[in-house]
Amino acid sequence: MSETLSPAEPKISVRGLKKSFGSKIVLDGIDLDVGVGESLVVIGGSGTGKSVTVKCILGLLDPDGGSIKIDGQEVTTLSRGHRETLLQKFGMLFQGAALFDSLRVWENVAFGLIQGRGMDRQQARDIALQKLGAVGLGPEVGELRPAELSGGMQKRVGLARAIAAEPEIIVFDEPTTGLDPIMGDVINDLIVKCVRDLGATAISITHDMASARKIADRIAMIYKGRIIWSGKASEIDHSGNPYVDQFIHGRADGPIQMEVRAL
Amino acid sequence: MLDFLASVGRVFIGFLGASGRFAIFTLTALSHCFRPPIYFRLIGRQMIDIGYYSLPVVGLTATFTGMVLALQTNTGFSRFGAASATATVVVLSVTRELGPVIAALMVAGRIGAAIAAEIGTMRVTDQIDALSTLSTNPMKYLVVPRIVAGLVTLPLLVLVADIIGVFGGYIVATYKLGFNPASYLHNTADNLAATDIFSGLIKAGVFGFIVALMGCYHGYHSRGGAQGVGAATTYAVVSASVMILLFDYLLTSVLF
Repeated sequence: MSETLSPAEPKISVRGLKKSFGSKIVLDGIDLDVGVGESLVVIGGSGTGKSVTVKCILGLLDPDGGSIKIDGQEVTTLSRGHRETLLQKFGMLFQGAALFDSLRVWENVAFGLIQGRGMDRQQARDIALQKLGAVGLGPEVGELRPAELSGGMQKRVGLARAIAAEPEIIVFDEPTTGLDPIMGDVINDLIVKCVRDLGATAISITHDMASARKIADRIAMIYKGRIIWSGKASEIDHSGNPYVDQFIHGRADGPIQMEVRAL
Repeated sequence: MLDFLASVGRVFIGFLGASGRFAIFTLTALSHCFRPPIYFRLIGRQMIDIGYYSLPVVGLTATFTGMVLALQTNTGFSRFGAASATATVVVLSVTRELGPVIAALMVAGRIGAAIAAEIGTMRVTDQIDALSTLSTNPMKYLVVPRIVAGLVTLPLLVLVADIIGVFGGYIVATYKLGFNPASYLHNTADNLAATDIFSGLIKAGVFGFIVALMGCYHGYHSRGGAQGVGAATTYAVVSASVMILLFDYLLTSVLF
């Protein structure tokens, strides 16, 4: 199914990606490349299309136009069955962790191994407890229900679930949103460690600049459905792009105008 | 005038769109019922939720339905000197009509709402997307077990409701209205045909499918947080109840 990947070919290549909801254009021709083993962070304000971009890459949304290639293979035209196979390459940490309420923590972590790959439950449980350990959670946590965990612990469990099947690509959706700065930094460190240990390719979306600086090799900024700047994480303070400058310094004044109605 | 026509057109197009989405959802769910993997463990769990845990409420309503039916039939038929037909009327009404309908409406309120709320919450908290990213088809994992369980379990529930409902009528007829117990049971058995029971069970299977399908459909397409989940729950119960009554008429006109 997959084609041979040349050394220079990106792991993920997005070209001219378009998506609208009714008359609202959300993605207006996104171009994006993510190299093998690279950690790309997509930054941008709320409602600029960050989540929609990754949902299109994962196949959770069907794009209106454009191309998405994973390992050189076009994925926008894949059938449901082939897409399920392709998704075995992915791990995803959702913004709210999206843990399954009805399952215990270890069953959440082992879910992809048991349901997606047909692994024996005992073997999957052992791997789940090992992954929980990798994110700093003891085996006793494995027996709890998600509702019994704090927000930070839920994020860690979500991270353990994302890395359980040792995916080639990991997607992080707002990994530090809703966490205090210290717990946010703990999650950032875990993301860096897990991605490095697995040698995975990572795409993160965030508007938390501390998080972006810590986990990114490269940063791309999205505004009004287009990538308006892309470069190394170390270059972002000297981007020369007024939109990027305004965003990373969190200034209300600048070319990005928030649509706020007068009281 | 043009504005009015445009409004009518928008409503009509919206209706067609919603009908199309519902038809596609139903056909997709049905097709997944026959394609592996089939999650038997989840089907079993849903059967317990839908069947076993609904027994008290269905049993209670069936009892009172049978009791009221005996009272009303006796009161009405006595005016024409036909009070002896009470046993026959009770058993036929319960098995053919009231058992399946009352049980289905109770299950729609209890289970249809629960299915919509559970799946709806999973939708708005990204749990359904999480299933997809873990290479698990949400239709197979969430929808199929509930539909199969609804289809299989409601006839079993109705069988129990039939027995309890007839027993409720028997209690009132013998202890309150003074019927002879032996002749009441004799009349009940003599006038009951197997087709009366089976037609009720066929109805129950259809109603079980409708309750589960409506719960799944509205939950699966819920949007907008807690308010969206609440709306999905309401739509699931109301639409299932209306469709149960509609299909009750259609099935009755076909089966009898």
